[in-house]
Amino acid sequence: MSHLPFIWAAYTIGTVVLLWCAFAPLVRKRSTIRDIRRLIQIEESNRDTDT
Amino acid sequence: MSPEYTAGSLSGAFAALVRRDLLLAFRRRTELMFPVIFLLVVISLFPLGIGPSPQLLARIAPGVIWIAALLATVISLDALFRSDFEDGTLEQFVISGHPLTLIALAKIATHWLVAGLPIVLLSPLLALWMNLPLDSLSVMVVTLALGTPILSLIGSIGVGLTISLKRGGQLLSLLVFPLYVPILIIATAAVMAATDGLPYTQFLGLLIAGLITSVTLAPFAAAAALKISLS
Amino acid sequence: MNTNVAVKDKPRKNALVMFIHKLGSPPWFYNFTGKFIPWLWMIFIVLAAWALYMGLFRAPADYLQGESVRIIYLHVPAAWMSMLIYGSMAVMAFIALVWRIRIVEILAMCSAPIGAAFTIVTLTAGSLWGRPTWGTYWVWDARLTSELVLLFLYLGVIGLYNAIDEPRKAARAACLLAIVGAVNLPIIHYSVKWWNTLHQGSSVSLLGGSSIDASILWPMLIMAFAVKFYYAANLLTRARVRLLEQDVRKGWVKDLVREQRT
Repeated sequence: MSHLPFIWAAYTIGTVVLLWCAFAPLVRKRSTIRDIRRLIQIEESNRDTDT
Repeated sequence: MSPEYTAGSLSGAFAALVRRDLLLAFRRRTELMFPVIFLLVVISLFPLGIGPSPQLLARIAPGVIWIAALLATVISLDALFRSDFEDGTLEQFVISGHPLTLIALAKIATHWLVAGLPIVLLSPLLALWMNLPLDSLSVMVVTLALGTPILSLIGSIGVGLTISLKRGGQLLSLLVFPLYVPILIIATAAVMAATDGLPYTQFLGLLIAGLITSVTLAPFAAAAALKISLS
Repeated sequence: MNTNVAVKDKPRKNALVMFIHKLGSPPWFYNFTGKFIPWLWMIFIVLAAWALYMGLFRAPADYLQGESVRIIYLHVPAAWMSMLIYGSMAVMAFIALVWRIRIVEILAMCSAPIGAAFTIVTLTAGSLWGRPTWGTYWVWDARLTSELVLLFLYLGVIGLYNAIDEPRKAARAACLLAIVGAVNLPIIHYSVKWWNTLHQGSSVSLLGGSSIDASILWPMLIMAFAVKFYYAANLLTRARVRLLEQDVRKGWVKDLVREQRT
């Protein structure tokens, strides 16, 4: 039985998991910054309308 | 006013709390039966699911009975602090000036009396259903008698952490089962050794050691967990 | 006047203490770590690439196991990391609980998913190594079973942290759980190991009992070293994002995002 598919499978799964683990926070960061921008916009528009 | 004890002392507080909790538990007698019925039902599912072969049942009996005991304990654990948490009694305990560790220990003691002890008392019947040989029966009862308090003690830490969650009970099982693994391994090893006629007292010794360690350490951790949940 | 003189007398001690103090401030932590995260990633990539090249293409296949021994460069470093991260998480949890430092709480909590990821990698790589070597995908051997229990411990910490709404309370609860798990971890590990000897007689070793050849050992050790930089980089990235999320309404975050816009 060839060992190759098992090595490939192990490294593929390993790479996928570790890549996902590395990039997940970056995706979250982008959406958080988007939320913060929206918050700033709301604040600034409130300030403009108040004055 | 209070006949046998002064409510201000430590032992007085412990006794008062145990007495109160037992009284409350017995007022809701039907709720007391739930873990017992659960245990009976779960055990009876095994022969139904696996087949009635006596040898097979005998082989899996220690594990099955112990796993059912674990499940029954976890189910009844949530009730340990929940009603007191929800109506604010727990906060009263915290500011009462009595050490929260002692209060935790009192509640754990009641929990064992109400949920763990029935398991120990029922175990001969369960052993009979699972065809456990009679020589190992006494060892089974002893492992449960030593082990179920440890389950209550360690489980109380998990309860303390999840008590502030609405559906903390579900998370509770995930939290405590890894911690229960050593007890399960040692207890079932003891019973299996007894079945095979091998020496088993070293396993019982380990359980005693585990019990002593948990009695001394777990209430502190449970109290810390409760403080965090109440904050 | 007097205080200026005191500062000048002991500059070195003050610098270290000041550094640690500064790290406790979210905006300072955010900016400082942001500077060397790229370096950490770079070191990881270079070392890992080198280790994998040496291990996968230059080292020979094992005498007994054949090619499947090459999974060792993934499985063993991941296993070591899964345990190291739990230890580091427990230490940080202890510091966070005792001294109530928010940054340390965040660092401890962000370690959990990384540790869980490494545990999953360990389990799958170990399982896939086992199939060609002994014929089964899963075997309840001491190490794999302990790893599985470790995964459950990680999932418990992550689950508890996400279940409680208030972030600092959630972190404190999960930190206590992490410490309780850490205390139990050696007990669990030894009881599983012993359970395994009880029921199997001989424990199977992935390396077949033979000593590892140097040409396989070195790439594995380099990989084990490289992966620590992955952890550091990933941890700091996650911690920074968590800080942003928690301090959404604070001035420093808004200033930061405004600056990024221009």
